[in-house]
Amino acid sequence: MVEMVSRPYASAFEAFAVKNPDVLCLSADLTSSCEIDGFRDRHPDQFLSLGMAEQNMMSFAGGLGLAGYRPFLHSFGVFLYRRPYDQLMASVAYPRRKVRLMGFLPGITTPGGMTHQAIEDIAVMRSIPNMSILETGDATEVESICEAADSIDGPVYCRVLRGSVPRLFDTPIKVGEMRELAGGDDVLVVTTGIATEEALRARDALSNAGVSIRHLHIHTIKPFNEQALLDHIGSVNKGVVVLENHVIAGGVGSLVAEIMADNGVGKPLVRLGLKDTYAHGGSRGYLMKHYGLDAGALVRGIERVMGIETGIDEEALATARVDAVHSAVKAEAL
Amino acid sequence: MRNERSTEDIAMGIRRRVFEHSMRNNGGYLSQACSAAEQLAFLYNEGLNLGEPVLPAVPKPFAGVPSADNPDYVTGAGYNGPFEPQYDRLFIAPAHYALVAYATLIETGRMDAEGLEMFNKDGSSVEMIGAEHSPGMEVHNGTLGIGLSTGAGLAWGRKRRGEKGQTCVFMSDGEVQEGQTWEAVQAAAHHGIDNLWALMDVNDQQCDGAMDSVMEVRDIAAKFRAFGAVCVEIDAHDLDAMRQAKAEPHEGQPLIILARSSPTQGMSFLQKRFPRLHYVRFKSEEERAEMNISIAAELGIDPIELETH
Ligand SMILES: Cc1ncc(C[n+]2csc(CCOP(=O)(O)OP(=O)(O)O)c2C)c(N)n1
Repeated sequence: MVEMVSRPYASAFEAFAVKNPDVLCLSADLTSSCEIDGFRDRHPDQFLSLGMAEQNMMSFAGGLGLAGYRPFLHSFGVFLYRRPYDQLMASVAYPRRKVRLMGFLPGITTPGGMTHQAIEDIAVMRSIPNMSILETGDATEVESICEAADSIDGPVYCRVLRGSVPRLFDTPIKVGEMRELAGGDDVLVVTTGIATEEALRARDALSNAGVSIRHLHIHTIKPFNEQALLDHIGSVNKGVVVLENHVIAGGVGSLVAEIMADNGVGKPLVRLGLKDTYAHGGSRGYLMKHYGLDAGALVRGIERVMGIETGIDEEALATARVDAVHSAVKAEAL
Repeated sequence: MRNERSTEDIAMGIRRRVFEHSMRNNGGYLSQACSAAEQLAFLYNEGLNLGEPVLPAVPKPFAGVPSADNPDYVTGAGYNGPFEPQYDRLFIAPAHYALVAYATLIETGRMDAEGLEMFNKDGSSVEMIGAEHSPGMEVHNGTLGIGLSTGAGLAWGRKRRGEKGQTCVFMSDGEVQEGQTWEAVQAAAHHGIDNLWALMDVNDQQCDGAMDSVMEVRDIAAKFRAFGAVCVEIDAHDLDAMRQAKAEPHEGQPLIILARSSPTQGMSFLQKRFPRLHYVRFKSEEERAEMNISIAAELGIDPIELETH
């Protein structure tokens, strides 16, 4: 059984911020939902409540940057770029302010439906000059996200997991690198965020079916280590499958496609994610299955690249981790 | 479909239903039922002119999002009746009030009680954060602060078409922190949109707690007036005051009714939770049992039968 860590961001942020007096904690009325309620209560001097007013918070953060501070903005991912997009561009990204956007509930990890699901954030952020993008896939990455984000000389958007988070890795995020989780030579599987856990669920079944997987977990989406990816693609003989908790257009699958095209790599690529659709509200397990973001979808993608049928069914995939929507580890309903 | 039951009675029914649902589901948006029960009961039972529902009393499962490949897509607005020129339209701007809005649909005979059993279930359209396709919803409002602008646009368009029906936006006070709300009032006043009115649940609460501790909004009635609206402040639990406020003349201007409410009205036990009331969850089985007995008594019902865990 994988170890589950409760609210890893809460303690990690506090430990990091107290050592860095120029780090400020900004919140937009989702303080406990972003696990910074304890920090607010214990370190009120380093905490700024800006209310439900994200546009103002964004430009305000730009101003704090001018004053030499490094604000960490906390909200659900959607509220850090959809409403305050113009402010993000003009006050933060263009002048390269050291503003750290901590976006919670990435993709379909929320039952809140369209308005709460950040499904195109990576595409948006990738297209913004000067912006960096990090994504957490386990508790260790959540624990190291503050340090990693704050090491970046410019603005950064982070997809942060909250609540009960599995521990998959034992080393912190090293910005600019990627994790090689398996070194096989048939198919290169590239995953980010919660999709990595899905790929791990399929690992045993795939190896039993005789498929040799090379698996990369990506925590640094921008800047991206192109050469490392190309080397991995060169090490597999069949092709590449990308699985991400995001729309297919503009996400990590697109990033991989661009790198392959730019470098004339003529191998098949299957991109898995939300297929040009909004999602709706429901539990994470249901949404992952409904929209083809789970281990089963990954296996089907691998079969396409391999041109085989593995016979792997739902039962052969290790039991999915299921979060009850009302589980006690969540600070709020949302 | 109107006035078969008194609005007071419907408000009580809303509180009971939301309470029962929250007890059974280990928590919920309880305080919104406390503050807004009279407001939603008033809207559906007397304040709005709505036709008979045109969608099935038992909601259909989620049937996809708007897309060129989904020609049969419908919103949940049909629970509020047909789109006809004489009828009013309603938006629930704070979409997290959905549970309270669904309870209102049931209490006013627009949806079967079965509908609430589907709340937040996978594959259901009765979503926790009211979506466009959820019963009683016409537009997506889960991103707060956009409702009044959409309402203003719809109202302006309907006026131009000579439709008699009004457009009403049910709002929450957290929305006044968003700049867009003020842009909406400014535009509605500038264009003399007087077939638009809003009823705002001013419960002084937001996710982080009491609004004054999160971001002071000061005298919002004065602000609304300065931005060009007619603004009336009432006690949200006084239905006569609500009736009078609705009758306030507002020619050439939008009308905003600020309904000053208590987030624990009818469920005094919740005062123990003040100021953290946004989403009420039980801290322990003992607390759940205690809350069950105390609130049920105050609502005049038997304690809810709970499955044991
Ligand atoms: C633009 C936007 N920012 C943040 C949120 C998250 N959120 C949901 S409800 C809420 C505030 C709740 O306050 P209020 O609207 O007054 O509702 P009430 O306290 O009556 O439940 C927030 C910040 C949101 N839904 N939309």
